[in-house]
Amino acid sequence: MGNKFGKIDIPLVICYLLLVFIGWINIYAAVYSEEHSSIFDISQRYGMQFIWIITALVLAAAILFLLNPKIYSVLAPPIYIGVCFLLVAVIFLGKEVNGSHSWFQIGPVSFQPAEVSKISTSLFLAYIMGKYNFRLGNLRNAAAVALSILIPMAIIVMEKETGSALVYCGFIFLLYREGLSGWVLAFGILSIVLFVVTLAVSPLAAIIILFILAGIINGIYTGKLMLHLAVMVPVALLLGFMPAIVGKWIPSLDSLKYEYIAMGVTSALALAAMWIFRGKRGRHLKYLFAGFVCSLALVFSVEFIFNNILQPHQRSRIENLLGITEDLKGAGYNVHQSKIAIGSGGLTGKGFLNGTQTKFDFVPEQSTDFIFCTIGEEWGFVGSVLVVSIYMFLISRLITLSERQKDKFVRIYGYCVACCFFMHFFINIGMTMGLVPVIGIPLPLLSYGGSSLWSFTILLFIFIKLDMERWRY
Amino acid sequence: MERKSVLIIGMLAIGLILIAQLFNLQILQDEYKITAENNAYKYVTRYPVRGLILDRNGNILVGNKNTYDIMVTPIEVKEFDTLHLCSIFGLDTSFVKEKFREYRKYRRKIGYRTLTFLKQVPGVEYSIFMENGWKFPGFSAVSRTSRSYPFAAGANLLGYVTEVDQEFIKKNPDYKSGDYVGASGLEKSYEKVLKGEKGYSILLRDVHNRIQSSLEDGAYDKAAVPGSNIVSTIDGTLQQYGEELMHNKVGSLVAIEPSTGEILALISSPGINIEQLASINQHYKEIVSDPYKPMFNRAVMSAYPPGSVFKLVNGLIALQEGVITPETRYNCNLGYYYGERKLGCHAHPSPTNLTQSIMMSCNAYYCYAFRATLENRKYNSISDAFNSWREMVMSFGFGRKLGSDFPAELGGTLPTTSTYDKIYGKNRWKANSIISLSIGQGEIGATPLHLANLAATLANRGYYYIPHLVKESAENPIDARFKQKNYTLVDTSHFHKVIEGMYMAVNAAPGAGGTARQAHVEGLDICGKTGTAQNPHGKDNAVFICFAPRENPRIAIATYIENAGFGGTWAAPIASLLAEKYLKGEISRPDLEKRIKEANLQQYVPVKRKK
Repeated sequence: MGNKFGKIDIPLVICYLLLVFIGWINIYAAVYSEEHSSIFDISQRYGMQFIWIITALVLAAAILFLLNPKIYSVLAPPIYIGVCFLLVAVIFLGKEVNGSHSWFQIGPVSFQPAEVSKISTSLFLAYIMGKYNFRLGNLRNAAAVALSILIPMAIIVMEKETGSALVYCGFIFLLYREGLSGWVLAFGILSIVLFVVTLAVSPLAAIIILFILAGIINGIYTGKLMLHLAVMVPVALLLGFMPAIVGKWIPSLDSLKYEYIAMGVTSALALAAMWIFRGKRGRHLKYLFAGFVCSLALVFSVEFIFNNILQPHQRSRIENLLGITEDLKGAGYNVHQSKIAIGSGGLTGKGFLNGTQTKFDFVPEQSTDFIFCTIGEEWGFVGSVLVVSIYMFLISRLITLSERQKDKFVRIYGYCVACCFFMHFFINIGMTMGLVPVIGIPLPLLSYGGSSLWSFTILLFIFIKLDMERWRY
Repeated sequence: MERKSVLIIGMLAIGLILIAQLFNLQILQDEYKITAENNAYKYVTRYPVRGLILDRNGNILVGNKNTYDIMVTPIEVKEFDTLHLCSIFGLDTSFVKEKFREYRKYRRKIGYRTLTFLKQVPGVEYSIFMENGWKFPGFSAVSRTSRSYPFAAGANLLGYVTEVDQEFIKKNPDYKSGDYVGASGLEKSYEKVLKGEKGYSILLRDVHNRIQSSLEDGAYDKAAVPGSNIVSTIDGTLQQYGEELMHNKVGSLVAIEPSTGEILALISSPGINIEQLASINQHYKEIVSDPYKPMFNRAVMSAYPPGSVFKLVNGLIALQEGVITPETRYNCNLGYYYGERKLGCHAHPSPTNLTQSIMMSCNAYYCYAFRATLENRKYNSISDAFNSWREMVMSFGFGRKLGSDFPAELGGTLPTTSTYDKIYGKNRWKANSIISLSIGQGEIGATPLHLANLAATLANRGYYYIPHLVKESAENPIDARFKQKNYTLVDTSHFHKVIEGMYMAVNAAPGAGGTARQAHVEGLDICGKTGTAQNPHGKDNAVFICFAPRENPRIAIATYIENAGFGGTWAAPIASLLAEKYLKGEISRPDLEKRIKEANLQQYVPVKRKK
């Protein structure tokens, strides 16, 4: 037995216990009231969380000491398929909570299949990508990977749990590690930047940024950066000041669609560049040009996506984040109150149970999605940085441990775990501080709730177990 | 670089961005700390006492009485005995249930805030509530003042105070929900003076949301500044007496001190019942559905045809234009004949000179004089003559707002040449087409305030001060426009000729044909002019204007009573009683007073009753 304990990765277990404990006492602080002052009072959320924690620890122990780790690779496909069925079933059989159909109610316990789906999808990805002859470059293999991510994601979107679905985007980091071109990642980031700039500034600004970026990349590839800059900078300036110039001197043309002019000019220049640098040096050009055209298409469809595809509440959350509208009583209320709570913590915080903002419902959902507010208010900058640091350590530890695996299955599974933790960590904390639009997903291991705590526990401890057993393979 | 390192560095960079934002929110920015304090401090508003409104003799027309608002902080409310609470305030349990259903529904929005549960609870209920206060955690009481009216007069002119609504707050961000504001009358025009300034006390709440103490013993509290009093020009006794006289009559009674323009009494009848004024919201439906429209201030808003009293203006203009002299005589054979038509007159000795024409109110005289004014050779066209006439009429204040300090004043109507161009075609009209203007009928409309101002102008022999309702005081300097004389375009030398006629109308020997004998009071030297204005809806309107005494007049009065018939019968006695009350302090004709007070002329007023 001692031998077994020795192989358990102690830092991960310590991180886990720390986060769970921090979560518990902060849930206590967030819903504290004098009548129910015992932290073990199970009529209150903190009492319930205590039960969830104990059962989660039992689950963890079972995974570590009872279950044979070999079952995961064997059971991955049936589990995956089973969970997908559950995901579909909940749409029809689940109860409605805040407009989404994602909860099963079984007796007094409710349970969210979307949480479990993170585990099943991770295992399934590890299963198909861990096969000996798997190549991401192979179209069939790539399609299999894409489908196994997109199927649960799409079903979850249909459950109206868009937030949970977004977490699946995090698997792109795993794919990058496993050989996906860095350009895909870069294009993903560029899309977000263009989306934000188009909405918050103007389509014209987005096109100019895109134009300069494409020019610089082309310049570096062809080795003629200075030449590119010499052409690009004046054109960019001219396009940038075009609305001001036209507005001042030719006001009759005020209704001009500048973004179309910019699109025409930049596309013409891009075509010209393709012609000039054709041949050996310019072989990358067709990809660059394709990317350029796709990005332009994105810029022009932003408005459509924003107005027609997004739900009204999602729209208002984004508008609020970008400062397009300020509605501190409506859509912006949560974030505003949450920023007040965190900001009022100062350097060292107000002390345990002394927070005023997170009590009395100033911050809604303060024990679930907005639990970080309580930490920010009562433990201040010091406490918040500590929590953020634990997550950062946990995620980098997961990546490091994954890298030392000999078995591909374990490595890929480890990365999946890291991706899930990272997405939840970043989106949740970013949301409470107004960096990310409001997306209702829990902070792993900290937020109140059995489903979430159990699934992150299982997710993590399967990896710890697999890591523990790595010498066997 | 290894892909693993790219990912770790990227993740750490994102983590650092989160930490940077934490640093920004928690260390750099103060804004959020202050806002959090706002959330944790409890600001309790200290409401100022609203200024009093006094009458010209120092009587309190509008005072304050203590009432209490019962407040509730829903988040602090624990289980309580609903029936007991209802019995204290005489409430229905469904009211309490409905309130709390609302609080539950909006609990997110309400948060820790305190809301008004009941308004204007009287002192008795308040003290019972305070004795039992411990039984109702989360409830508290705030002292508010509400208006009281010890003099019980002048509801319409004083106006009422109401709680601001959302629409008002949007336009006036200084006001917060729960504040009171003057909504009509003097309360509205002098809101700035009367309202005072709110203060606050800062209380600290602990984590359990219990009030712990006041912040540093109230060092940061701000005391409320009480509103300033205003002294009104109204004579409370006279106002009250006027309201008694006008009881059960539809119309207006306005009295002005000619030497200052100060309004002594302003009665619009029927008016708002002053007992309902303090809690007008509870009676609002009843008041609005009253067919006699008590909210409508006829004295300053109604545009009535002035009738024969307008002959005074036309006579003065004719003198000014030189088309008649005091000795000019016109024949009257029961009316004025033009073409096939006739403008009738009553039987009286003929021909008349100017003085007699006023005394006996001859219609034909003014038709001739008006026609002479418009067909004056001095002017190139009838339009020019009409415009000159119109300008002179306006110099008496007609056809425009006088500019008093009453908020809802309207300007009446006065036709222009284009009015008649539209009716008859351009240049297709003559003096005879518009002859009814000569006797104050037709397209002209004047408010009772206009008519009282005419009386004051005559009393002053040619000028007036803009009628106003508030006297100057140290806290409340009045506008300069109220202190300057406004001369009419008629030379002051012409006025005594007209006044002679007015004197005769009231004081000529019985049988001599004076139309306003009813207004005669021994020793008061009342000068007056009756009017009987045609009303397309029912009986004629009775009109009377007068001033008294003849030399150094102290009061000018206009009376306008809808559907009361002949001006001399009803309007003249009312005005003379008011003048007597003011000048003598007592009434020498108790029988007349009794008859007037008891008369119900309201019954002749056709009303549309709402189903």
